[in-house]
Amino acid sequence: MTLQFEDRAVAEHDEHAETALAEVPGGIAVVGTTPARARPRRSARVVQLTQPSFILSALLVVAVVTAAFLPTLFTSLDPYATDLANKLAAPTWQHPLGTDNLGRDQYARVVYGTGNTLIASLLAVVLGLSVSAVLGILAGYLGGWVDEVVGRFVDIFLAVPGLLVSLMIVTTLGYGTINIAIAVGIGSVAAFTRILRAEVLRVRESDFVTAARLSGLRWWSILPRHVFPHSIGPLIALLALQFGEALLAISALSFLGFGVQPPEPEWGLLVSEGRTYLSSAWWLAILPGIVIVLVVLAANRVSKFIEKVT
Amino acid sequence: MTTPPLLQVADLSVRYSTDGDDVLALDRVSLSLERGERLAVIGESGSGKSTLTHVLLGILSRNAHVTAARGELDGVDLFGGLTETQWTELRRSRVAYIPQDPNIALNPVLQIGRQLDEALRLSPRKVEKLRRRDEAIALLERVGIADAERVYASYPHQVSGGQRQRVLIAIALVGRPRLIVADEPTSGLDVTVQKTVLDALDELVAETGVSLILVTHDLAVARQRTDRVLVLERGRVVESGATAAVTDDPRHAYTRRLLDAVPSLHEGKLAPTPGLSQVDPGHREGGLVAQGLVKTYVTRDPRRGKILTPAVGGVDLAIEPGTTYGLVGESGSGKSTIARIVAGIDRADEGSVHFRGQDVARARGADLRTLRTRIQYVFQNPYTSLNPRFRIFDVVAEPLRGFKVASGAELDRRVRDALDVVGLEPSIATRTPTELSGGQRQRVAIARSIVLRPELIVLDEPVSALDVSVQAQIMQLLIDLQHEFGAAYLFISHDLAVIRELSDRVGVLRRGELLEEGPVGEVFAQPKHEYTRRLIDSIPQFA
Repeated sequence: MTLQFEDRAVAEHDEHAETALAEVPGGIAVVGTTPARARPRRSARVVQLTQPSFILSALLVVAVVTAAFLPTLFTSLDPYATDLANKLAAPTWQHPLGTDNLGRDQYARVVYGTGNTLIASLLAVVLGLSVSAVLGILAGYLGGWVDEVVGRFVDIFLAVPGLLVSLMIVTTLGYGTINIAIAVGIGSVAAFTRILRAEVLRVRESDFVTAARLSGLRWWSILPRHVFPHSIGPLIALLALQFGEALLAISALSFLGFGVQPPEPEWGLLVSEGRTYLSSAWWLAILPGIVIVLVVLAANRVSKFIEKVT
Repeated sequence: MTTPPLLQVADLSVRYSTDGDDVLALDRVSLSLERGERLAVIGESGSGKSTLTHVLLGILSRNAHVTAARGELDGVDLFGGLTETQWTELRRSRVAYIPQDPNIALNPVLQIGRQLDEALRLSPRKVEKLRRRDEAIALLERVGIADAERVYASYPHQVSGGQRQRVLIAIALVGRPRLIVADEPTSGLDVTVQKTVLDALDELVAETGVSLILVTHDLAVARQRTDRVLVLERGRVVESGATAAVTDDPRHAYTRRLLDAVPSLHEGKLAPTPGLSQVDPGHREGGLVAQGLVKTYVTRDPRRGKILTPAVGGVDLAIEPGTTYGLVGESGSGKSTIARIVAGIDRADEGSVHFRGQDVARARGADLRTLRTRIQYVFQNPYTSLNPRFRIFDVVAEPLRGFKVASGAELDRRVRDALDVVGLEPSIATRTPTELSGGQRQRVAIARSIVLRPELIVLDEPVSALDVSVQAQIMQLLIDLQHEFGAAYLFISHDLAVIRELSDRVGVLRRGELLEEGPVGEVFAQPKHEYTRRLIDSIPQFA
């Protein structure tokens, strides 16, 4: 029973030893350059960095982001060029994902669709984060009725599935990329807010925040200087995770037809269009679907990595 | 026939390697220990004393490399490549460990009886199942637990800290060890409890003839309770020998420094360093007067409803300008609560705190802000009170910026002055707290508290997280600063010896009530209350 505790004691002692070695009589001391705490983390980072699943995931994410901004790097074909003679063709070297009902190259459409899907997802995450940053920090730090109001709001949003919330919002806002991004972003506010509020509750009790209060700082300057930088740690890992989720939600909304309108390509929309030909040309729906799944998984893997190294 | 020593270690070195970065934790340490002997291992944090205990118990971390010319414990070769199973056997029968902090060393969700039972079940003595309970209770009684039956059936949180530490000693005794390694067994305990736990250990050694290695930073404890001493500095043995001889006539400068740092050696308040100039504090009349302070903490429990925990019940105290009021008490006595009320962090439920005529407890808005520039606060733990992301300059400058009393070159000058008077080099201003040692951090915290030139500084156990020699430096610094700037201190501590060195008046607090109060000399010479007497008796005496 005691062994576990002893192990922990070893680690604590080591850390202590490192910092205290620098103390020199007279108080003015030469201090070692690296604090002891940073060391085990660095090696953990190397181990995590070299894992094949992480490398693959990171490459995929980088490729997808590049494709969003520079689609011409990945394909020379025009996603709008129709070729009716060659419609619903099976995957070949020339058309790796086949062609659709108008003979357009499906691969080129996936590549050009990346922009729409990705930008909407990023926008959703940024929106969700900024709204919840304000809500979470105010609720956690100010407490009282602000906390109560924000808390109830979060409870309501958490009780309803996020996609349903997004659907409600998008029906009132109308169709379009920006609108579904807003809808998905607001749908994710609750999760961010809850975590941030908990972190702020922890940080606001720390001695250095009390010290700042005694130093005459007002709450609006304590929050950005002392509280926020120490509260966002867990949020960064969640950010990558939430990005994957947002991507899925954006695709789902597009699949239902709330996003960009044809003939513009978008991942969810491609799956939706391909669905009609599922019996004759299954690759039209399945392959873009696999792309979505892979990117979401990659985002989760990257999130896991961030969680482990921070 | 002479029996060989119980433990013999020669030229033991331990090296921790992390990422190609090597730290030598122990450097050619040799020691031997007779049966029934008590050896004190003295050193500050980083001296390798914990590493030494871990070597003897075989619980070093994986990245440690051990080399030794010899190492024998009761005929067993310690460094001859013992397997983990063999180590386990050794730990179950020959060498036992008493951990530092009794509050985390027991499993909180298991009854103490179950934890003792587990140790008994695993011990090589093969205690029969039906006998185990009696055996466990006998062990508890043996370490001086009066209500052994109750403790046996309790969870760790239901017994006091001292009892928890005794339970750990009882667990250590299960295997009838030949050697007990105690790693600072009392540093997490209140002084009065400390004494009884150490007494219990002493008795055990006398009765059973077990050998004891007592790791401690407290020279007074070592002197009182051990036969021989080993002084470690950065992994090297700088001095060893009979405890009395070493402490009477220390050969090594480091030992001497540690001895000088022992607070109980001094009588009365420390003198400021000679040659310090005094700054005229200006107005000297009217200090702080607190009357009838009452504070009760309310916690809500879904099952038991409102729980009221009285922390302070009607405390009066007065601090004259330019003097130090020492408030002493054990954990839970409400001393930090009083400190926080006086500093204006928390509010009292009842009572008033007047600082030079102004009410701290009721002040709001602009009045409160002015008061805060005059009353500053230094936290106990310098590892949490400084924002780890800030540069030292910004940490110290924060009160000046917060109260908008200085900016630009003026701000710059005042921050550098503050760093200078606390004995820190100007180059430290660009570092971050994580790069500093505990003593340096506490100096930074003190610099932050004096940068506004306050008239009262509330010091909440400012030295208890620090090593003894660093502690002595910080205390001298506080005395010097008071001499220079004439600020009054409210000094909170659990350590009477420290209080005596710093204070003019002292108040003894127990369970939220002020039992006794008066000038330091009087209280120490003629304690009126029985509790004060007990506190004074519990200070490890040197002579």
